[in-house]
Amino acid sequence: MALVQLRHLVQARSGDKGNTVNIAVFAPNAAIYEALVREVTAERVKEHFAGWVSGEVTRHKVPKLLAMNFVCRGALGGGGSATMRMDNLGKCYAANFMRMEIEIGDGLELSQT
Amino acid sequence: MKTVRIGAGQGFYGDSFAPALETAKRGHVQYLCFDSLAELTLAILQKDRRRDPALGYAKDISAAMRELLPLAKEKGIKLLTNAGGMNPLGARQEVLRVAGELGITGLKVAAVSGDDVLGQLEEWEKGGLSLNHMEDGRDAGAVRSRIVFANAYLGAGPLVEALRQGADIIVTGRVADSALFLAPLIHEFGWQAEDWDRLAQGLLMGHLMECSGQASGGNFSGDWQSVPDLDAIGFPVAEVREDGEFVLTKTEGTGGLVSVETVKEQLLYEIHDPSAYVTPDVVVDLTEVRLQEAGVNRVRVTGARGTKRPDTLKVVMGYEDGWLGQAIWGYSWPDALAKAKAADRIIRIQMKRKGLRFQEVRTDFLGVNSLHGPLAKEPAEELNEVYLRMAVRAESKEEADKLGRLVPPLMLSGPPAMGGFLGMLKPRELLGMWSCLIAREIVESKIQVSVVEV
Repeated sequence: MALVQLRHLVQARSGDKGNTVNIAVFAPNAAIYEALVREVTAERVKEHFAGWVSGEVTRHKVPKLLAMNFVCRGALGGGGSATMRMDNLGKCYAANFMRMEIEIGDGLELSQT
Repeated sequence: MKTVRIGAGQGFYGDSFAPALETAKRGHVQYLCFDSLAELTLAILQKDRRRDPALGYAKDISAAMRELLPLAKEKGIKLLTNAGGMNPLGARQEVLRVAGELGITGLKVAAVSGDDVLGQLEEWEKGGLSLNHMEDGRDAGAVRSRIVFANAYLGAGPLVEALRQGADIIVTGRVADSALFLAPLIHEFGWQAEDWDRLAQGLLMGHLMECSGQASGGNFSGDWQSVPDLDAIGFPVAEVREDGEFVLTKTEGTGGLVSVETVKEQLLYEIHDPSAYVTPDVVVDLTEVRLQEAGVNRVRVTGARGTKRPDTLKVVMGYEDGWLGQAIWGYSWPDALAKAKAADRIIRIQMKRKGLRFQEVRTDFLGVNSLHGPLAKEPAEELNEVYLRMAVRAESKEEADKLGRLVPPLMLSGPPAMGGFLGMLKPRELLGMWSCLIAREIVESKIQVSVVEV
């Protein structure tokens, strides 16, 4: 097993609706997707964003697209036009998400293409 | 099989019009659709309208129409835009004025209104309708007296009606972004109200197009450094078949990249449950969507499925939520971060001593943690420079303004080597957002579509 940061494994984009941010995450292949589903739970994401997300985190899986969508409530300190945060539209959430490190099978990080 | 070509014209108020011009000139499109309204745009336009009742629409419509109307006329391209914002009739007036200035005649210009429901809230409440928050049921009482705008997200219906009446240009207020793109398909293909799967495909096309460059290589988290020529990015163009299947592409010779990788990032953008994306016209299930490369800068999209549209429409309201005051200034190496932190401590003590009352004080260190908050790591090496940005939330503009005045004295009397003070930044009004659901027929009974010819 190897500990790998998600920036080396996935694509991700985030966006806002009110005070909620969603982070859509895409794996490059089924093996990495399987590892993501196992490791990157809603609880793990909630913990990862401690101090930044005040509400619940919900995970939606889209296996056909090798994707997961995380919906984070209370994520923008009030929402785009009310927040004092500099990432007022939540566009940097996906980048922040990719700081997370997960355990994957040896060699899997080389299997992206 | 009949196909329709639609181009994305704009992804928000302030977006570049150059790609739309390229598409109009060389993109062989029949329609160009412009999404001017991000969620917070109405907050900006509301402030304009409060200053001058003739305003409240996206002001860049004037410059856009000056360039686009001659092309639209020459090539028969129809333009659909929600740039009407808080004042679609005012925006239409501006389109007519520009057409007159250019000497263009023989164009039908439609305005769709009725999304602005602020004037109806009182009546709704008297009639027992709930304005409680759609997500958590919170009582609207806490914000009710501070609401400054309230707009319903309309569907494609009124735009289809305008097209039926022969409109060449359509200006709306708040309609669902993707509905702007769906309307031409319903009109061209005669899709029926319960063709849920085809409506879902059409809606998905609109969803992929509504954020302009985000589906053609912009804001791409993958191998972004390999995306060619972002300086001349082409906005997405869709070729849609009558059965709903479509290819996403862009105008030949433009920059950017349309690939499975760039398109899929947009697929779930700002969506919550991918199996039930609720829009005014159809509830879309994206879980079976397939993206396939279909040539250079061409991606075929299939598999969206639809179910019955909701009986309610979403109404988004903005309410006054205080004022933001902010100041930005920097410190040089050595000890740049330590100096910025010392400046922050000094200002906070002075605030207390002066008895300044702020509801919230926030400090960010630019280049260190301003975009990552508590997730940012302490820098491993000493930084060349650090800027700090202090922000306060205050009850009034005057109070918010007091933060900036504390900063200039630090130049001579604070930590050494301060620079880059951006001056006194004007306080900005903060607007909270409130969403509720209202029965569709109540909103739709007030929608008006009017078409005039120049």
